[in-house]
Amino acid sequence: MRTRALIARICRQMVRDKRTLALLFVAPLLVLTLMYYILNGGEANEPRLGIVHWDSALQGMLEKAGIVVVPVSDASAGTIEEHNLDAVLTVDGGRPALTLENADPTQAKALRMKIGQIAALQSLAGLGLPMEAAGQSEIETSYIFGGPESSFFDVLSPILVGFFVFFFVFLISGIGLLRERTTGTLERLLSTPIRRGEVLTGYLAGYGIFAVIQTVIVVVYAVNVLDIPLAGSIWNVLLVNLLVALVALSLGILLSTFASSEFQMVQFIPVVVIPQVFFAGILPLDGMADWLQALAVVMPLYYAGDALTGVMYRGEGIGDIVSNLLVLAAFAAVFIALNVFALKKYRK
Amino acid sequence: MGIAVQVEQVGKSYGKKTVLQDVSLQMRQGQIYGLIGPSGAGKTTLVKMLVGMERADTGAVNVLGQAMPNLKLLQDIGYMAQSDALYTELTGEENLTFFASLFKLGKEARKERIQYAAGLVNLAGELGKRVSAYSGGMKRRLSLAVALIQNPRLLILDEPTVGIDPQLRVSIWNELLRLKREEGKTIVVTTHVMDEAARCDYLALVRDGRILASGTPQELLAQYKVDNLEGVFLAAGGSGR
Repeated sequence: MRTRALIARICRQMVRDKRTLALLFVAPLLVLTLMYYILNGGEANEPRLGIVHWDSALQGMLEKAGIVVVPVSDASAGTIEEHNLDAVLTVDGGRPALTLENADPTQAKALRMKIGQIAALQSLAGLGLPMEAAGQSEIETSYIFGGPESSFFDVLSPILVGFFVFFFVFLISGIGLLRERTTGTLERLLSTPIRRGEVLTGYLAGYGIFAVIQTVIVVVYAVNVLDIPLAGSIWNVLLVNLLVALVALSLGILLSTFASSEFQMVQFIPVVVIPQVFFAGILPLDGMADWLQALAVVMPLYYAGDALTGVMYRGEGIGDIVSNLLVLAAFAAVFIALNVFALKKYRK
Repeated sequence: MGIAVQVEQVGKSYGKKTVLQDVSLQMRQGQIYGLIGPSGAGKTTLVKMLVGMERADTGAVNVLGQAMPNLKLLQDIGYMAQSDALYTELTGEENLTFFASLFKLGKEARKERIQYAAGLVNLAGELGKRVSAYSGGMKRRLSLAVALIQNPRLLILDEPTVGIDPQLRVSIWNELLRLKREEGKTIVVTTHVMDEAARCDYLALVRDGRILASGTPQELLAQYKVDNLEGVFLAAGGSGR
């Protein structure tokens, strides 16, 4: 009864605060969409390659690989500048040499790899292999996860979905409760016969409703509008994100105890939220130092990221992610227990 | 008449800072009890102990015959904090309804109490407005209405008239006197306004965490041989230094 009154009050307050609602529901979609276009649009430009020693067979293979070929006289910087080239290929005494502009190292690297492959094929052709066989011999490739269309965003997006749920729920529940502390309404609330457990249940459920709505909106948008591949079940995605929301909710409420203003609450973002991004799976964990890997164990988003990429990208079922879910539930349980303890500050 | 509040040799300190020291008080039922003293004297800490928000380091606090802190007892205590603890996004009525639903009240009784409390503080016509549109005085009055919502036997008001215009202050005090007279409520009020202190049945002067003097206003005037309470305050404070 008292808990219900508390939930109703929180919902009413949230609905009246249109801007916060917009932040919760629209901002994640905005950022997700932006990242989708930024990360998927990287290969639009066709690289331009200058060739000093003209060879029509080579030209054909290069053009097949999507490279614009331009005949030039030398490999100087001036030539590259003049023809707006990304690289110049010279053949010196039968050995190919490549001069890269290297304005964008990532693109330069990709171009070098492409040309290297073609040069290798070309030399095979020189050994007497029939041209057609060499030109068309696509290497038979198979993919365990995803497919030839997989982009970086596909691997990243499940983690991003989890991260947004975590970040926005953390921020809004933390600041929401902080405002109750600073305006004295929390203290006022605890001078009534309400139990601490009822207060906490009320807050978890009240903000939880909005966290659920946000989770559903983000997941449905990501899968249906942005076409993020969903190999597993959407229900498992929702389940993972709900646990993420619960962890964020209880952590936000807990940390608001240690902040005395909204400004101080925001200061927790670089300390608590940002480091988790590095361990959520966006950067490969295997390459990190041992002590860094050990650090990942205490990051809720590490488990969330693993479970979400598991379900959305690798198509894992509930059985494969159950250990991650349990750890997330344990995080939430610990934070909730600490919250009950922290509320003692207001009622001895 | 029974004892409503019994404070025995209470001490409290935060870290090294002593906030209350050897405070003993007895408040009878059906009286208005004033705690007067400058800001930072320890009045609010003492009041918070009566509501169970603070625990005494030493000594004992008994309210309505039971030891504090006691969750069940909060049903019988109406508390008005120094700050207006209101939900500004909600209307006045929604605030009252929310707090009312935290107490044991029937549905009919709740409606009745909301109307009564709002009428008492002259807010009946403003209940539909959001609190963010209220003036400072209106917020203070709504806070008082919240404290009265569950019809408590003991009212604890921490500086109830700060920021309220003189006319309304008079009407609030008249109402407090009526609550005492007709409904037999015990009222604890902290204040540093001397003419309010004069309307209390019993006074305690708090300074630097101690009770400097206590008694009826007349007793205090006689004791310090002065003709107004301000004089009592200065005399008592001066002797302590």
